[in-house]
Amino acid sequence: MSAALNETAAGWEPLIVSFCCNWCSYAGGDLAGTSRMSYPANVKVIRVPCSGRMNPLFVLRAFQRGADGVLVAGCHPGDCHYTSGNYQSRRRLSAFKRLVEFAGFEPERFEVRWISSSEGDKFAEEMTSMTEKIKALGPNRKMRDARWQSVTSKV
Amino acid sequence: MPRTGVFICHCGSNIAGTVDIDKTVEASRNFPGVVHADEYRYLCSEMGQDIITKAIKENDLDRVVVGTCSPRMHENTFRKAAAEAGLNPYLLEVANIREHCSWVHKDMEEATPKAIALLRAAAAKAALNEALEAPRLDVEKRALVIGGGIAGIQAALDIAEAGYVVDIVEKDPSIGGRMAQLEKTFPTLDCSACILTPKMVEAAQHPNINLLTYSEVDEVKGFVGQFDVKIKQKARYVDPVKCTGCGICWEKCPSKASSEFEMGLAKRKSIYVPFAQAVPMVPVIDRDSCLYFRKGRCQICEQECPPQAIDYEQQDEIIERRYGAIVVATGFDQLDPTIYGEYGYGQHPDILTGLEFERIFNASGPTGGKVVKLSDGKPPKKVVFIQCIGSRDKARGMNYCSKICCMYTAKQAILLKEKVPDAKSYVFYIDVRTGGKGYEEFQRRAAEEYDVAYMRGQVGKIFPEDDHLVVRGIDSLTNRNIEIKADMVVLAAATVARADAPEVGRLVGINSDSYHFFNEAHPKLKPVETHTAGIFIAGACQAPKDIPETVSQASAAAVKAIGLLSKEKLQGEACTAEVIQSECSGCLNCEAICPYTAITPVEIEERYKDGVLKRTVAEVNPALCQGCGSCAVTCRSGSINLKGFSNDQIMAEVDAICLQR
Ligand code: FES
Repeated sequence: MSAALNETAAGWEPLIVSFCCNWCSYAGGDLAGTSRMSYPANVKVIRVPCSGRMNPLFVLRAFQRGADGVLVAGCHPGDCHYTSGNYQSRRRLSAFKRLVEFAGFEPERFEVRWISSSEGDKFAEEMTSMTEKIKALGPNRKMRDARWQSVTSKV
Repeated sequence: MPRTGVFICHCGSNIAGTVDIDKTVEASRNFPGVVHADEYRYLCSEMGQDIITKAIKENDLDRVVVGTCSPRMHENTFRKAAAEAGLNPYLLEVANIREHCSWVHKDMEEATPKAIALLRAAAAKAALNEALEAPRLDVEKRALVIGGGIAGIQAALDIAEAGYVVDIVEKDPSIGGRMAQLEKTFPTLDCSACILTPKMVEAAQHPNINLLTYSEVDEVKGFVGQFDVKIKQKARYVDPVKCTGCGICWEKCPSKASSEFEMGLAKRKSIYVPFAQAVPMVPVIDRDSCLYFRKGRCQICEQECPPQAIDYEQQDEIIERRYGAIVVATGFDQLDPTIYGEYGYGQHPDILTGLEFERIFNASGPTGGKVVKLSDGKPPKKVVFIQCIGSRDKARGMNYCSKICCMYTAKQAILLKEKVPDAKSYVFYIDVRTGGKGYEEFQRRAAEEYDVAYMRGQVGKIFPEDDHLVVRGIDSLTNRNIEIKADMVVLAAATVARADAPEVGRLVGINSDSYHFFNEAHPKLKPVETHTAGIFIAGACQAPKDIPETVSQASAAAVKAIGLLSKEKLQGEACTAEVIQSECSGCLNCEAICPYTAITPVEIEERYKDGVLKRTVAEVNPALCQGCGSCAVTCRSGSINLKGFSNDQIMAEVDAICLQR
């Protein structure tokens, strides 16, 4: 089924890609699991060593490939395992968010959150509220590159 | 095309209960490059690992994907299994289908496609994995212990006994910490100084221990095995080599200041040792109160000192040393209860905190060991103890239990009865918590044999009236109002993190909880490790705890440090950054951003037309690089990549996850 049809169907579900730093947020996600909290399966997590590893290109790539929302999560400011990674990402990604908005794309589709390894509850909450927000916003039509879909849909 | 094998774990029913394993295995067979897919009930078991090892050999696999619990849990186990079969361990990828999937979703219809997507992403990443080699790093055979209380002393003694050199850095003029301030210890009523002083002396005399008192850690750089630390030794204005500790200087000193050791209840001289058993027995001059430093005259100590050890010209000194391991044992503070106006703390001399009352018992304390009221010097006949001041107080955001107060209150009530036989104690409590060997029995003795009245309830107001303090409260069991005319009130103020704990944490590079207690790496299984390799924690800087617990945690931290120091070499980080020097323009933005000074400029020679061109490019020292990847993002030309988390690998994961669109 083509993607265009898929999204108009009543059962449209958003896809949310979340990049989580290994030391805090990914571990917070683990704790959400260990504590049997729940959040929507729409969220798929990609582990990166640090939020400072986040190249904005990764975010753009996800949107191009049809993700409806992207959430980057890292340690709280001051807590980065590599001391300064999240300061870099905080500046870089907030500039990037404004750039995205300037380009006419809904900035709400891209969020940055600080979630520590002891905040399993916060992890689950953030993932849930992000999913709900994107559901309300509808599918990402602007940035998706339709050509890619036709090339790869066979795989 | 790689030859990838996919292995999916049921984890009993932990995964299989919510993820359709058969469907997942079938789907995995269709991922690009996958030539083998299998499942097993418990992949992390020996049998499970065997299945992987065998399959690698039989199917000639060169990439492995496991769908299991979190990589933070078992990545190493599976990497080892892969290595067993001769595969480079870094060619394995983990898809976290338990913590991030089966445990957070209830519906198989939801969890199964998600597990498949996560596995697809792992397979796509694995296809781009390269064989990596972790560098082997040197270990400096020397440990640093920050904090010279009982935790720090115990850790240092254990490390020293194992044959390694240890430096203890203590910010006060003497080691000893909080335990030195205590009169007796529960539940045995040992005299605190009698059991602590020998340990202090042992630490001072141990050939492997160096005491750096009146010193603070200024900077910590480097990483496990090679921490480069700057320590500031504050000027004492006394030459420790010449000083004999005779005490003439502080006897003769004419100026006084409030004593920190006595919690401000007594005065000390401006040249002083904090307490009689101080180690080292070398005084310091407190510049803020010293007449010479303030007004330029006096110099009595200099004139009186027989060995001429006074040196007003002494300067702070910075000591730079390298350490293999660090133990942080910085202890705790007691909450200042003035924030609770209803208790009137600070407004009447007979309203004390637990630690202050402790000093009243002590023979060298402000009253010379006589248990008397500070207001009129008469023994108190009625003493009200109030528990949980600032503990278990949700309204103030202090939710935790301070753990030691129930016990030390029972102790103080017993000691009071022994010193003032006709005294009567009342204890207002929320719950009495006496977990610990011999603790319950001890508290019972207080209530039954020492006539201590325990009342469940809360105090609403304390105010002075005539020559006593009126304590108004409510007994929550009978719902009756209570009014006690007390001679003295003792507030069991909360055990809180040291005021400078956030700063120390930042300096050393370890994180803390919302109360600023340092975080252990795992609440159950890694109680003394931190998230920073090579840095361990012990004692009340991690959470409130009593002496036995502190000492065992200190020994545990010491064992971890010893284990580290005993290694010939450490395995470094394999996932490090790498510069593609032919593409690097030499802007060196990466050098500026690297938190580990792992990037430096080098000059390379390139063939250009007929000649040779010299130019400057960046180079990464893999021994220093910790693999954060900031440099890879900052590089404008994309000439730095992070091994194990390369741009291509992350993009491949994105693509694989988005394939469902
Ligand atoms: S490690 Fe979590 S943000 Fe840097």
